[in-house]
Amino acid sequence: MHQLTDLPRNTNATISEVVAHGDLDPIAVRLAELGFVPGEPVRVVAKGPVGGDPVLVQIGYTRFALRRSEAARVMVCAETA
Amino acid sequence: MSAPATSFSAVVAAAPLSIALVGNPNCGKTALFNRLTGSRQKVANYAGVTVERKEGRFLAPSGRLVRVLDLPGAYSLNATSADEAITRDVCLGLHAVEARPDLMVCVADATNLRLHLRFVLELIRIGRPMVLALNMSDAAARRGILIDRDKLSRALGIPIVSTVAVQRNGVRDLIAQLDRAPPPPPTGQHDANLHAEVRRLLADCVTMPRHTAVIDDTLDRVVLHPVWGLAILALLMFVMFQAVFTGARPFMDGISNGMQLFGTWLGATLPDGPLRSLVQDGIVAGAGTVITFLPQILLLFLFILVLEESGYLPRAAFLLDRLMVGAGLTGRSFIPLLSSFACAIPGIMATRTIQDRRDRLATILVAPLMTCSARLPVYTLLIAAFIADRKVWGLFSLQGLVLFALYAAGIVSALAVSFAIKLWRHRRGHEVEEHALLLELPSYRIPHVFDVAIGLWERSWIFLRRVGTVILSLTVVLWFLSSFPAAPAGFTGPAIDYSLAGRIGHAMQYVFAPIGFNWQICVALIPGLAAREVAVSSLATVYALSANTEQAATQLQPLIAAQWPLATALSLLAWYVFAPQCLSTLAVIRRETNSVKTMAIAAGYLFALAYLASLVTYQIAHALA
Repeated sequence: MHQLTDLPRNTNATISEVVAHGDLDPIAVRLAELGFVPGEPVRVVAKGPVGGDPVLVQIGYTRFALRRSEAARVMVCAETA
Repeated sequence: MSAPATSFSAVVAAAPLSIALVGNPNCGKTALFNRLTGSRQKVANYAGVTVERKEGRFLAPSGRLVRVLDLPGAYSLNATSADEAITRDVCLGLHAVEARPDLMVCVADATNLRLHLRFVLELIRIGRPMVLALNMSDAAARRGILIDRDKLSRALGIPIVSTVAVQRNGVRDLIAQLDRAPPPPPTGQHDANLHAEVRRLLADCVTMPRHTAVIDDTLDRVVLHPVWGLAILALLMFVMFQAVFTGARPFMDGISNGMQLFGTWLGATLPDGPLRSLVQDGIVAGAGTVITFLPQILLLFLFILVLEESGYLPRAAFLLDRLMVGAGLTGRSFIPLLSSFACAIPGIMATRTIQDRRDRLATILVAPLMTCSARLPVYTLLIAAFIADRKVWGLFSLQGLVLFALYAAGIVSALAVSFAIKLWRHRRGHEVEEHALLLELPSYRIPHVFDVAIGLWERSWIFLRRVGTVILSLTVVLWFLSSFPAAPAGFTGPAIDYSLAGRIGHAMQYVFAPIGFNWQICVALIPGLAAREVAVSSLATVYALSANTEQAATQLQPLIAAQWPLATALSLLAWYVFAPQCLSTLAVIRRETNSVKTMAIAAGYLFALAYLASLVTYQIAHALA
């Protein structure tokens, strides 16, 4: 299990957990609302030109750009293909 | 029509129905709104085009009046930005002015149900009458997505219709549904876990061959590439400004020649006297000069509209996010700032999509530095008069390069100012909190020729109306101020020196002489506050009145080329990069931030920068000359 930021590009993975920073973490709440919940398949599609920030994540039918600090909240298990 | 239906519509015809279009960002609510009501609200392919509620109405076939409310897109009722808060308040009946709608029309993109169904479920839990419109159902069918509408409708407990907002009869089913009696509020047992329910609904009712469109994958591989992506972005911006300058030239020359012929003809037709002067020196020379810039403004908008429709803009925001964070902004600032190239007012309103308050404020403060289309006439006039028309490296036009440099100066100073704000905050010890990005990148779309054409037509109309109202009336006022009081007999020099405007201009020179502005420019600056283009029409009028020869009346450009030193022209260009020469922008800053202080800060720092930049430019250019 590792952070979404460490996932190589175009590797299929499944979300295992979204870690909230503190009790009231609006970013974790919003991530969940956007579909970042345990069990969802995700894939990193692209990384930004400077320091790989932000990361572009495919989740469901949608692509979201997340900053590294946001993506680091998402813990994933890479699929052993 | 069957008997009961007739009697029903006879009953409801008197009672208007109020509906609200609610749904995730970029699912086509505004396109649907436009299709239903015949409005022409702005639509584009990115999240957060609509940031304010919009109202329209139409007559259903039964004769019932339907009042439609278009709401900003939201991912959840748990609002994180100013535009989402409007939607939340209306849906929950908490809005200060807007009454709760009779019926919510929840709009979902049929190609993106995993995300959009979650919000649908959240809205169902409010327990108000609701209809689900599966929009973009044509795109879903093309991608082989099969949705069992009946089954989904039974599971959700609300009626479902398919819509294609971009097709003429794409809302027929929705209108028919609205014309029936409103459905009862949804009831029944709901799963506490929305995601689990979405997953179950998708498994039961939707067949989906592939998660993404192949074309998106292919394009994103190139467009978002760390090297190629940035190269494409830079090239795109560069081509845009080159094309805006060189491509519009022939059309502008055509209009300019037409105006000159018209002015000459008028001069020959009208009897000599104040009326001829008003028409020739005031209206034709003033407002007529501004009209010549229409082709250029349209070309700029063509680029902006195509970029907006294609879905490229959020990609550019993705590429630039890191850079913008470094400068104290956010990737989310990109779209508001790009809109400011058209006009700072919609740009500043678009900052509502920025969740973080400080990021939003920084974006608002620097948005006026983006070169708005009203500055184009001023830039073009001065560039054409003072910069040689030749090619650089046999490829680029030098004039186009200078225009690009002026746009770049605006962008660079915006980044510098936001960086200064960031440093200032840091030194004041403000907590460095985390800023969220969470930006959705939509599917690419080929821009509809018809939509782009409509957009351009609207732009022309707005521009011509501006010329016909604000610019024309200010030009006429300025003509009066520049003509009266008339010079007494025996007054040596041009009559305008004796007029009110002439005296004001000469008085202002005490302040503006160090930056090289002559009194004619000073006069033009004042009405230029109402609209930047007016500076051009005012200069044209002032010079037309100062000129002793008849033929000088309609040709401003060769006149200033002959009379102004280069240093003055460069100084005026520098002034226009910064000066807050637009009262409407300042008013919108006050409204959006709800703070007179912020507005004063914006106006103050922009004036200070403008004066400083012009001073440095003038003194250096003067010393070198």
